[in-house]
Amino acid sequence: MGLLDRLRQGLSKTRARVAEGLRAVLPFGRKIDEGVLTDLEKALLSADMGPAMVARTIDGVRSAWKRGAVKEAQDVIPHVKSELAAMWTDDDRRIRLAPSGPTVIFVTGVNGSGKTTSVAKLAKYFKDQGKNVVLGACDTFRAAAVAQLTEWSGRIGVQIVKHQQGADPGAVAYDACEAAVARHADILLLDTAGRLHTQDHLMRELSKIHKVVERKIPGAPHEVLLVLDATIGQNAINQARVFGECVSVTGIFLAKLDGSAKGGVVMGIREQLGVPVKFVGLGETPDDVAPFDPGVFVDALFE
Amino acid sequence: MFETLTQRLGDIFGSLRGRGRITEDNVAEAMRAVRTALLEADVHVDVAADFCRTVQEKAIGAEVIKTLKPDQVVVKIVHDELVALMGPVDPRIPYASPGPTVILMAGLQGSGKTTTCGKLARMMLSHGKRPMMVAADLKRPAAIDQLEVLGQQVGVPVHAERGVQNPVKVCRNGIAEAKKLDRDVVILDTAGRLAIDDELMDEIAKVASTTTPHQIYLVLDAMTGQDAVATAKAFNERLEIDGLILTKFDSDTRGGAALSAKKVIGKPIKFMGVGEKLDALEPFHPDRIAGRILGMGDILSLVEKAQQQFDAVEAATLEKRMKSGQFSLDDFVHHMRKVRQMGSLKDIMKKIPGMGGQVEDMDIDDGELTRMEAIVMSMTTRERQNPSIIDAGRRRRIARGSGNDTEDVSAVVKTFLQTRDAMKRMAGMSMMQRMRFGSQLANMGAAGGSMPKLKSSSGVSRRVLSKKDRRKRRKR
Repeated sequence: MGLLDRLRQGLSKTRARVAEGLRAVLPFGRKIDEGVLTDLEKALLSADMGPAMVARTIDGVRSAWKRGAVKEAQDVIPHVKSELAAMWTDDDRRIRLAPSGPTVIFVTGVNGSGKTTSVAKLAKYFKDQGKNVVLGACDTFRAAAVAQLTEWSGRIGVQIVKHQQGADPGAVAYDACEAAVARHADILLLDTAGRLHTQDHLMRELSKIHKVVERKIPGAPHEVLLVLDATIGQNAINQARVFGECVSVTGIFLAKLDGSAKGGVVMGIREQLGVPVKFVGLGETPDDVAPFDPGVFVDALFE
Repeated sequence: MFETLTQRLGDIFGSLRGRGRITEDNVAEAMRAVRTALLEADVHVDVAADFCRTVQEKAIGAEVIKTLKPDQVVVKIVHDELVALMGPVDPRIPYASPGPTVILMAGLQGSGKTTTCGKLARMMLSHGKRPMMVAADLKRPAAIDQLEVLGQQVGVPVHAERGVQNPVKVCRNGIAEAKKLDRDVVILDTAGRLAIDDELMDEIAKVASTTTPHQIYLVLDAMTGQDAVATAKAFNERLEIDGLILTKFDSDTRGGAALSAKKVIGKPIKFMGVGEKLDALEPFHPDRIAGRILGMGDILSLVEKAQQQFDAVEAATLEKRMKSGQFSLDDFVHHMRKVRQMGSLKDIMKKIPGMGGQVEDMDIDDGELTRMEAIVMSMTTRERQNPSIIDAGRRRRIARGSGNDTEDVSAVVKTFLQTRDAMKRMAGMSMMQRMRFGSQLANMGAAGGSMPKLKSSSGVSRRVLSKKDRRKRRKR
């Protein structure tokens, strides 16, 4: 099964609900009225797009309606879809690779967002492309996080650099960078401990790990991915802002999109902070990962 | 940027100050503001709509008491309604007799089940109970290891069966072992699962029907968005949840998920997780979370944070020094450092009621504090005790020593003298008077900018000292 199919399949689990609701109110031939917009608003809000982003979208539809660009209720959804999909440029999804030497991908996020599993998925993803992947287990805080990543490295068949639990994560990052260079790795994936963006000292620690990587390999980290749980609400915007200020996030890994949540808040993040989504996670096995596809993602909000 | 509901309502009702009764029209507009605030806080769309209807009924015709303005009346109705909906609170755990009391933990992946098991076990130990934990999360790699590490940290035995695939069996054996070891509580940690994953939901339903737990808790991330309703509903349908535990409330989430989940399943919110440490599990406080949902700040958690930094004895000494005007620059720096340990200034100010929305747009640079500190540290002990002796010469020396301009030094001294003055006045006040006084000061700062803005833009510039300066230094 192709990755796209997998993504579609994952997303389809959740489509029915919204779709039924919307189809009921947007029957063929119905003229647009404020009622249509209210129903659309509710659907978008249910997808966690957030009141500000939803208001903007609805205003867009309203003005398109007023100037005659959309007339009938059945045209509303295609219109909104194309507007929303247009927010994500092709450039958004490009992975910045190192011109030579290892490409370092720094993975961060709050507790329980799914960092370690996402790192495993990315490892598998790049390994399947024939890349030589090394993992760095910089989550030395959470009980058994190193064990969890070690388990994954064994299952996927990639190398791992690790220290004991409680070790200095910066030191792990240092060793991981050194090992990645020495072993001619193509990709170095650094897993970091989950931390709430409100914990100042932990954010300082994160920025320190980031600095270690910067100094060790010029140009690194090439990608800084923030892992967001798709069930998250509007707080994700704060998270993306604070993590962005701390370690210059380059993209989002939207995890757990196989549940009933749609992760619509990434729209607000793209809009307010300009941070794109690069990957989506869709299940518990290392194969459940796909590059972000705006068309499919936006479809899932409505279909 | 998001503005607080309080401000928004202030605008809406601004025109009808002085009238005695709230009318239908302005309430309708106010309700739109309330709804947006709720949605910003991740309250579910339907829950927000119901909520607004209830509040609207209560607000229309509500008597505007003389001392209150209409916006305050509406905020109060909204606040009280939120508290009523999220309560009543019941943080007790009903223990079974004879034991062991079996507690089943359920939730999505990453909601914080395993950590919460450790926190619960620790809390139960402090209740004089002898808990045991059972590692029934057989899905996530190394979940068993994590629970075992937590068990060691808390000092509680963990029942685990490695290589077994059947959580029902593990739970049954775990309870049997608890009886054998005379443990009176068994906490079953299960794998995270999606509410729409029928296979895994069947599995946990089977665990529940086999082990007949006395309490089933749903662990939910406080940052969850609209999906909180679907998840809570689905778990409740399959498991008959007895209570909710909201985790990660130490984030700056406004926590609408708590309201949504409570509303749809009608089960009490028992606890909330407020930190990484194992003692960071607290009874749920509806009033605090109501304040957060409304963007009204969370003064209580600020107070708690402050209490971690300042002990009572120190506070009393400080109070005395403030009253007598003996508060020195040393005290100033000492307390500035403590305040900074509570987080960035922005974070702290956000928690102050009424400040929430304004802070976002304010340019608060923590680096200024670093520079102020550097300036004070470049003063002699005598100067710190009595800044009035700082004349032009001393000012120059201090400026050089700290890598700033002389104006910066004057600014710091001026701020200090103002602060000391303000403190002297505050020392005699009651808590309420102080809060009012504090917000007056804050307003002054926001309007006129009484905070000194130091000129030197970044870091400490290194200046070469002239020979004369060096000689002067040595003499000191």
